[in-house]
Amino acid sequence: MIRKDVTIEQPLTPKSTEPDYGPFTDVDFPELERSLRRPRTLLSLIMSWLVAGMTLLALIPLFSVIAMLLWRGGRKLSFSLFTQLPPAPLELGGGFGNAIVGTLLMVALATMISVPIGILCAIFLAQAEKGSHFANAVRFAAKVLTGFPSILAGVFAYGALVLVTGGFSAFAGGAALSILMLPTIILTAEDTIRMVPARMREAAIGMGATNTQLVWMVLLPTALPGILTGVMLAVARAAGETAPLLLTALFSNYWIASHGHIDLMQPTASLAVLIYNFAGMPFENQVELAWAAALVLVLLVLVANLAGQSLSRKQIRE
Amino acid sequence: MPENKQISQPPTRFQGMLDTAFGRLCHGIAWLFILLIVFIVLRIATAAVPALRQQGLGFLSGTSWDPNQGEYGILPEIWGTLYSSLLALVIGTAFGLSVAIFLSEGYLATFVFAILKLFDVHSHPAWGKLPDRLEQLLKNLIELLAAIPSVVYGLWGLFVVIPLVRPACNWLHVKLGWIPLFGTTLSGPGMLPAAIVLSIMILPTITAISRDALVSVPSKLRMAAYGLGATQWETILAVILPAAMRGIFGAVVLAFGRALGETMALAMLVGNANKISISLFSPANTLAALLANNFPEAGPKEVGVLMYAALVLLGITLLTNVFGALILQRATGDLEGSR
Repeated sequence: MIRKDVTIEQPLTPKSTEPDYGPFTDVDFPELERSLRRPRTLLSLIMSWLVAGMTLLALIPLFSVIAMLLWRGGRKLSFSLFTQLPPAPLELGGGFGNAIVGTLLMVALATMISVPIGILCAIFLAQAEKGSHFANAVRFAAKVLTGFPSILAGVFAYGALVLVTGGFSAFAGGAALSILMLPTIILTAEDTIRMVPARMREAAIGMGATNTQLVWMVLLPTALPGILTGVMLAVARAAGETAPLLLTALFSNYWIASHGHIDLMQPTASLAVLIYNFAGMPFENQVELAWAAALVLVLLVLVANLAGQSLSRKQIRE
Repeated sequence: MPENKQISQPPTRFQGMLDTAFGRLCHGIAWLFILLIVFIVLRIATAAVPALRQQGLGFLSGTSWDPNQGEYGILPEIWGTLYSSLLALVIGTAFGLSVAIFLSEGYLATFVFAILKLFDVHSHPAWGKLPDRLEQLLKNLIELLAAIPSVVYGLWGLFVVIPLVRPACNWLHVKLGWIPLFGTTLSGPGMLPAAIVLSIMILPTITAISRDALVSVPSKLRMAAYGLGATQWETILAVILPAAMRGIFGAVVLAFGRALGETMALAMLVGNANKISISLFSPANTLAALLANNFPEAGPKEVGVLMYAALVLLGITLLTNVFGALILQRATGDLEGSR
């Protein structure tokens, strides 16, 4: 059984004659009996099963999502999906090669923007004195930004980039995603840099290292697995984001490379927006493609997530 | 190795300068981050000013959205945002807190250990690790719920949740239609499927943060309760939950903030109808879904109005998030003090 409750042994259960409780006369010993005839014990057991049942119930959506993705998406999965362009309505076949390229490109762009800023910010936070008000403010801002609605990052990028540059673009999409990646990177990187043992810092400082040398030669190499975990988690989140891309990169039915060079300043397809667009269409082919794209997207996100987690496990083992 | 060459040496002047420069750079980047946030808020606010001036506060209480007539109002969207988030919060908190208790009490590990003990392999080198491994697996599975992109949840909701709940909802409407909650039929997308999917999406947030709060309750409190003869659930309800209450409350507030700003799943499931209805089965709309649906095709004038709506959403979520973060900060401060 899963109860941790102690079963009180025989002498304490009252029988026909009152047993000898010794000096503990004011203790209600029958109340301590742990048999299921006692309402309080029974209640405890029922609550335990209730919680276990609700946990199982909470896992059903996860398995349902995965099963549906494998069933409806896996059925459609083929190599041509990765090389062909999205089909027009009523057209059969087609794929989402341009959307995969677009997603990878914009996430890479967002990573290139957010990683340097995020890590430098984290270094500042980790090295700041404990009571520093400014550092506390930065940390608090990062925490608030983790709950920032992704659509508002899109609205901001729309106002600051799309309206200014005159059109939807992969660049604006990457910038919007980078805003969403920043807080995850900053907070995890700061945590892992702080976890570097104090003796390693002190050894470096004792050898005459400057702060900069300490950071580059001791703290960053030691904290690297943890920092990469944060980056991979942020990448996983950014790859699945739809709302900001809807307002910044929009969608395109064509490859992003035109005439041999990549043009970042044009509307760009992404897996997430493709799923959104195709899910609402009344055509069977498009819906099937949306499921296949969802499977690919979830696989991408899971690979990034698992890669991040395996990195952090490595650090814990060391 | 020559005598006068030492491993340690004082920094040269160049290294000192480099150090100062790098320190300044980091400080500057931190400022940049703060400025970025200020800039985000200001950019949205200034873009909203023309519409704010033109529409005034009537925008918040207007109920129609008609770009052709130039009539705009977001009261149905505000109502839909709050209603869907609250519904999701009720469902999500019930399940999220249950999972958090299940995880923090180590039920699964105890259960698996008891089974192993039946076969007498509980101290076997390989089998003995199983309880902890399974516990970790369960935790990872719950976290996996958060990893699935919201657009995939939207797709799943369209093709799984809606067909699944529709017969039950329509049966409820026929039998209990006089209750306002069941006042309309569910003809497809609607409030209830949206709230169900939304609650699944916020469950990992509630579970993760409240589990942390539950685990960090000092174990001497639990031991003291057991020592006084309390059952496991008397201990949980009377000692552990109250001690972790502030952390749990913070989790709920943060989850609420997340639900308010969640976009894609709602844009796909809530029905995008400009309606205020208490009915669970009526289609509705939310602020975030309004933005997602109207922005890509908006003309310059509508963009200004949408910016106003974005500013309202920003205000609501920012307030909620700051409030939640403050609660959590104080909650961890409390527990540090009690140690």
